[in-house]
Amino acid sequence: MEMFTAIGLNHFLTISAILFSLGMFAVMTRKNAIVILMGVELILNAANINFLTFSKYNGGMTGVMFSLFVIVLAAAEAAVALAIVINIFKTFKTVDVSRVDTMKE
Amino acid sequence: MNQLTISIIFYVFAAVTVLSAAFVVFSKNVIYSAFALLFTFFGVAALYVFLSADFIAVTQVVVYVGGILVLLLFGVMFTNTIMQTELKADVLHVVPGTILLLLMIAGMLYTFYTTGDWMPGQAQLQGSVVQRVGFETMSRFMLPFEMASIVLLVALLGAAFLARYDKAHKNEH
Repeated sequence: MEMFTAIGLNHFLTISAILFSLGMFAVMTRKNAIVILMGVELILNAANINFLTFSKYNGGMTGVMFSLFVIVLAAAEAAVALAIVINIFKTFKTVDVSRVDTMKE
Repeated sequence: MNQLTISIIFYVFAAVTVLSAAFVVFSKNVIYSAFALLFTFFGVAALYVFLSADFIAVTQVVVYVGGILVLLLFGVMFTNTIMQTELKADVLHVVPGTILLLLMIAGMLYTFYTTGDWMPGQAQLQGSVVQRVGFETMSRFMLPFEMASIVLLVALLGAAFLARYDKAHKNEH
Protein backbone atom coordinates (compact mmCIF):
# COMPACT_ATOMS: atom_id res chain seq x y z
CA MET A 1 0.00 0.00 0.00
CA GLU A 2 2.89 2.38 0.69
CA MET A 3 3.87 2.27 -2.96
CA PHE A 4 0.53 3.76 -3.98
CA THR A 5 1.64 7.17 -2.77
CA ALA A 6 3.92 7.45 -5.80
CA ILE A 7 0.92 8.28 -7.97
CA GLY A 8 0.52 11.99 -7.59
CA LEU A 9 -2.43 13.98 -6.39
CA ASN A 10 -2.88 15.69 -9.73
CA HIS A 11 -3.64 12.38 -11.49
CA PHE A 12 -6.77 11.89 -9.40
CA LEU A 13 -7.79 15.52 -9.69
CA THR A 14 -7.54 15.28 -13.47
CA ILE A 15 -9.79 12.22 -13.60
CA SER A 16 -12.29 13.88 -11.29
CA ALA A 17 -12.33 17.06 -13.41
CA ILE A 18 -13.03 15.03 -16.55
CA LEU A 19 -15.79 13.02 -14.84
CA PHE A 20 -17.40 16.17 -13.47
CA SER A 21 -17.38 17.90 -16.86
CA LEU A 22 -18.84 14.84 -18.58
CA GLY A 23 -21.60 14.70 -15.98
CA MET A 24 -22.34 18.38 -16.52
CA PHE A 25 -22.45 17.75 -20.26
CA ALA A 26 -24.98 14.94 -19.78
CA VAL A 27 -27.17 17.09 -17.53
CA MET A 28 -27.05 19.95 -20.02
CA THR A 29 -27.57 18.18 -23.32
CA ARG A 30 -29.57 15.01 -22.83
CA LYS A 31 -33.37 14.99 -23.03
CA ASN A 32 -33.98 11.64 -21.36
CA ALA A 33 -34.47 12.10 -17.62
CA ILE A 34 -32.75 8.79 -16.82
CA VAL A 35 -29.57 9.83 -18.61
CA ILE A 36 -29.68 13.12 -16.71
CA LEU A 37 -29.73 11.05 -13.51
CA MET A 38 -26.68 9.13 -14.77
CA GLY A 39 -24.94 12.48 -15.28
CA VAL A 40 -25.74 13.44 -11.70
CA GLU A 41 -24.21 10.16 -10.52
CA LEU A 42 -21.05 10.94 -12.50
CA ILE A 43 -20.84 14.35 -10.82
CA LEU A 44 -21.23 12.76 -7.36
CA ASN A 45 -18.50 10.24 -8.17
CA ALA A 46 -16.17 13.03 -9.26
CA ALA A 47 -16.78 14.83 -5.97
CA ASN A 48 -16.10 11.59 -4.10
CA ILE A 49 -12.77 11.11 -5.87
CA ASN A 50 -11.76 14.61 -4.82
CA PHE A 51 -12.76 14.01 -1.19
CA LEU A 52 -10.82 10.76 -0.99
CA THR A 53 -7.77 12.21 -2.76
CA PHE A 54 -7.41 15.10 -0.38
CA SER A 55 -8.19 12.83 2.55
CA LYS A 56 -5.40 10.46 1.57
CA TYR A 57 -2.75 13.10 1.01
CA ASN A 58 -3.83 15.01 4.10
CA GLY A 59 -3.87 11.96 6.34
CA GLY A 60 -7.21 12.79 7.97
CA MET A 61 -10.38 10.75 7.99
CA THR A 62 -12.86 13.55 7.29
CA GLY A 63 -12.90 13.10 3.53
CA VAL A 64 -13.40 9.35 3.82
CA MET A 65 -16.39 9.78 6.13
CA PHE A 66 -17.84 12.52 3.94
CA SER A 67 -17.61 10.36 0.82
CA LEU A 68 -19.45 7.61 2.70
CA PHE A 69 -22.31 10.02 3.42
CA VAL A 70 -22.23 11.18 -0.19
CA ILE A 71 -22.80 7.57 -1.29
CA VAL A 72 -25.72 7.23 1.16
CA LEU A 73 -27.31 10.43 -0.14
CA ALA A 74 -26.74 9.34 -3.74
CA ALA A 75 -28.70 6.16 -3.06
CA ALA A 76 -31.58 8.12 -1.52
CA GLU A 77 -31.48 10.63 -4.37
CA ALA A 78 -31.58 7.93 -7.04
CA ALA A 79 -34.59 6.22 -5.43
CA VAL A 80 -36.64 9.41 -5.06
CA ALA A 81 -35.64 10.77 -8.47
CA LEU A 82 -36.63 7.53 -10.20
CA ALA A 83 -39.97 7.57 -8.41
CA ILE A 84 -40.52 11.10 -9.70
CA VAL A 85 -39.46 10.07 -13.22
CA ILE A 86 -41.93 7.17 -13.16
CA ASN A 87 -44.67 9.57 -12.07
CA ILE A 88 -43.73 11.92 -14.90
CA PHE A 89 -43.97 9.00 -17.29
CA LYS A 90 -47.40 8.07 -15.93
CA THR A 91 -48.65 11.63 -16.42
CA PHE A 92 -46.99 12.70 -19.66
CA LYS A 93 -46.31 9.29 -21.30
CA THR A 94 -42.74 10.42 -21.92
CA VAL A 95 -39.52 11.04 -20.02
CA ASP A 96 -38.35 13.72 -22.43
CA VAL A 97 -37.74 16.62 -20.06
CA SER A 98 -38.06 19.20 -22.84
CA ARG A 99 -41.67 18.15 -23.39
CA VAL A 100 -42.63 18.21 -19.72
CA ASP A 101 -43.72 21.83 -19.65
CA THR A 102 -47.15 21.97 -18.02
CA MET A 103 -47.99 22.09 -14.34
CA LYS A 104 -51.56 20.92 -14.80
CA GLU A 105 -53.03 18.05 -16.75
CA MET B 1 4.80 -5.34 -7.39
CA ASN B 2 7.18 -2.71 -8.55
CA GLN B 3 6.36 0.90 -9.23
CA LEU B 4 5.91 0.48 -12.98
CA THR B 5 3.27 -2.23 -12.58
CA ILE B 6 1.26 -0.10 -10.18
CA SER B 7 1.46 2.88 -12.51
CA ILE B 8 0.29 0.77 -15.44
CA ILE B 9 -2.63 -0.62 -13.44
CA PHE B 10 -3.57 2.91 -12.37
CA TYR B 11 -3.53 4.22 -15.92
CA VAL B 12 -5.59 1.24 -17.17
CA PHE B 13 -8.29 1.90 -14.56
CA ALA B 14 -8.16 5.64 -15.22
CA ALA B 15 -8.65 5.02 -18.94
CA VAL B 16 -11.53 2.60 -18.28
CA THR B 17 -13.22 5.15 -16.02
CA VAL B 18 -12.87 8.12 -18.32
CA LEU B 19 -13.67 6.32 -21.58
CA SER B 20 -16.74 4.54 -20.22
CA ALA B 21 -17.95 7.81 -18.68
CA ALA B 22 -17.58 9.42 -22.10
CA PHE B 23 -19.54 6.53 -23.58
CA VAL B 24 -22.30 7.05 -20.99
CA VAL B 25 -22.58 10.67 -22.00
CA PHE B 26 -22.21 10.40 -25.77
CA SER B 27 -24.08 7.15 -26.46
CA LYS B 28 -27.50 7.59 -28.01
CA ASN B 29 -28.86 4.33 -26.59
CA VAL B 30 -30.04 4.50 -22.97
CA ILE B 31 -29.32 0.82 -22.29
CA TYR B 32 -25.76 1.21 -23.59
CA SER B 33 -25.35 4.22 -21.31
CA ALA B 34 -26.53 2.21 -18.30
CA PHE B 35 -24.11 -0.62 -18.99
CA ALA B 36 -21.21 1.76 -19.64
CA LEU B 37 -22.03 3.31 -16.26
CA LEU B 38 -21.28 -0.12 -14.75
CA PHE B 39 -17.69 0.09 -15.98
CA THR B 40 -17.40 3.67 -14.76
CA PHE B 41 -18.46 2.66 -11.26
CA PHE B 42 -16.03 -0.26 -11.20
CA GLY B 43 -13.22 1.97 -12.44
CA VAL B 44 -13.98 4.57 -9.78
CA ALA B 45 -14.01 1.82 -7.14
CA ALA B 46 -10.55 0.73 -8.32
CA LEU B 47 -9.35 4.33 -8.04
CA TYR B 48 -10.67 4.37 -4.46
CA VAL B 49 -8.45 1.37 -3.72
CA PHE B 50 -5.49 3.35 -5.03
CA LEU B 51 -6.48 6.08 -2.57
CA SER B 52 -6.26 3.44 0.23
CA ALA B 53 -9.99 3.76 0.91
CA ASP B 54 -10.84 0.08 0.52
CA PHE B 55 -14.04 0.30 2.57
CA ILE B 56 -15.37 3.07 0.33
CA ALA B 57 -14.47 1.01 -2.73
CA VAL B 58 -16.50 -1.97 -1.49
CA THR B 59 -19.37 0.33 -0.55
CA GLN B 60 -19.20 1.85 -4.02
CA VAL B 61 -19.51 -1.55 -5.65
CA VAL B 62 -22.35 -2.67 -3.37
CA VAL B 63 -24.39 0.54 -3.40
CA TYR B 64 -23.77 1.91 -6.88
CA VAL B 65 -23.47 -1.29 -8.93
CA GLY B 66 -25.86 -3.37 -6.85
CA GLY B 67 -28.38 -0.67 -6.06
CA ILE B 68 -28.35 2.50 -8.09
CA LEU B 69 -27.50 0.90 -11.42
CA VAL B 70 -30.26 -1.69 -10.99
CA LEU B 71 -32.66 1.14 -10.13
CA LEU B 72 -31.61 3.03 -13.25
CA LEU B 73 -32.12 -0.07 -15.40
CA PHE B 74 -35.57 -0.55 -13.85
CA GLY B 75 -36.28 3.08 -14.66
CA VAL B 76 -35.24 2.55 -18.26
CA MET B 77 -37.49 -0.50 -18.50
CA PHE B 78 -40.48 1.19 -16.86
CA THR B 79 -40.30 4.34 -18.92
CA ASN B 80 -40.04 2.68 -22.30
CA THR B 81 -43.01 0.78 -23.63
CA ILE B 82 -42.13 -2.79 -24.48
CA MET B 83 -43.18 -2.57 -28.10
CA GLN B 84 -40.96 0.42 -28.65
CA THR B 85 -37.78 -1.00 -30.15
CA GLU B 86 -35.85 2.25 -30.28
CA LEU B 87 -34.47 3.40 -26.96
CA LYS B 88 -32.92 6.49 -28.46
CA ALA B 89 -32.47 9.68 -26.50
CA ASP B 90 -32.29 13.00 -28.27
CA VAL B 91 -29.93 15.77 -27.40
CA LEU B 92 -30.32 19.51 -27.26
CA HIS B 93 -27.92 22.43 -26.78
CA VAL B 94 -25.03 20.33 -28.07
CA VAL B 95 -22.80 23.22 -29.10
CA PRO B 96 -23.09 25.22 -25.84
CA GLY B 97 -22.75 21.96 -23.94
CA THR B 98 -19.55 21.04 -25.75
CA ILE B 99 -18.13 24.51 -25.22
CA LEU B 100 -18.98 24.30 -21.51
CA LEU B 101 -17.46 20.79 -21.31
CA LEU B 102 -14.17 21.88 -22.83
CA LEU B 103 -14.07 25.14 -20.88
CA MET B 104 -14.71 23.35 -17.58
CA ILE B 105 -12.04 20.71 -18.18
CA ALA B 106 -9.55 23.33 -19.32
CA GLY B 107 -10.33 25.67 -16.46
CA MET B 108 -10.12 23.03 -13.76
CA LEU B 109 -6.92 21.49 -15.12
CA TYR B 110 -5.36 24.96 -15.48
CA THR B 111 -6.24 25.70 -11.86
CA PHE B 112 -4.95 22.35 -10.63
CA TYR B 113 -1.65 22.49 -12.50
CA THR B 114 -0.73 26.14 -12.08
CA THR B 115 -1.71 26.95 -8.49
CA GLY B 116 1.63 25.75 -7.23
CA ASP B 117 2.43 22.33 -5.85
CA TRP B 118 0.12 20.62 -3.42
CA MET B 119 1.83 20.01 -0.12
CA PRO B 120 0.86 16.56 1.19
CA GLY B 121 0.62 16.14 4.93
CA GLN B 122 3.22 14.38 7.01
CA ALA B 123 1.09 11.32 7.82
CA GLN B 124 -0.79 10.13 4.76
CA LEU B 125 -3.42 7.43 4.88
CA GLN B 126 -1.77 4.03 4.73
CA GLY B 127 -3.12 0.53 4.60
CA SER B 128 -6.72 -0.39 5.31
CA VAL B 129 -9.15 2.26 6.43
CA VAL B 130 -11.92 -0.01 7.77
CA GLN B 131 -11.03 0.18 11.46
CA ARG B 132 -10.69 3.96 11.40
CA VAL B 133 -14.05 4.28 9.62
CA GLY B 134 -15.61 2.34 12.49
CA PHE B 135 -13.99 4.54 15.14
CA GLU B 136 -14.96 7.76 13.36
CA THR B 137 -18.53 6.60 12.80
CA MET B 138 -19.02 5.85 16.47
CA SER B 139 -17.27 8.96 17.78
CA ARG B 140 -16.97 12.13 15.72
CA PHE B 141 -19.57 11.33 13.04
CA MET B 142 -22.24 9.82 15.28
CA LEU B 143 -24.88 12.48 14.53
CA PRO B 144 -24.42 12.44 10.72
CA PHE B 145 -24.52 8.64 10.84
CA GLU B 146 -27.87 8.60 12.62
CA MET B 147 -29.19 11.38 10.39
CA ALA B 148 -28.19 9.34 7.33
CA SER B 149 -30.29 6.45 8.62
CA ILE B 150 -33.29 8.75 9.07
CA VAL B 151 -32.76 10.24 5.60
CA LEU B 152 -32.66 6.74 4.10
CA LEU B 153 -35.85 5.76 5.91
CA VAL B 154 -37.68 8.90 4.76
CA ALA B 155 -36.39 8.52 1.19
CA LEU B 156 -37.51 4.89 1.15
CA LEU B 157 -41.01 5.81 2.34
CA GLY B 158 -41.20 8.74 -0.06
CA ALA B 159 -40.05 6.74 -3.06
CA ALA B 160 -42.46 3.91 -2.28
CA PHE B 161 -45.28 6.42 -1.84
CA LEU B 162 -44.50 8.23 -5.09
CA ALA B 163 -44.03 5.17 -7.27
CA ARG B 164 -46.84 3.01 -5.94
CA TYR B 165 -49.60 1.68 -8.13
CA ASP B 166 -52.33 4.29 -8.02
CA LYS B 167 -55.65 2.43 -8.18
CA ALA B 168 -57.94 5.43 -7.73
CA HIS B 169 -56.05 7.32 -10.41
CA LYS B 170 -56.36 4.39 -12.80
CA ASN B 171 -60.14 4.18 -12.35
CA GLU B 172 -60.62 7.78 -13.44
CA HIS B 173 -59.41 7.05 -16.94
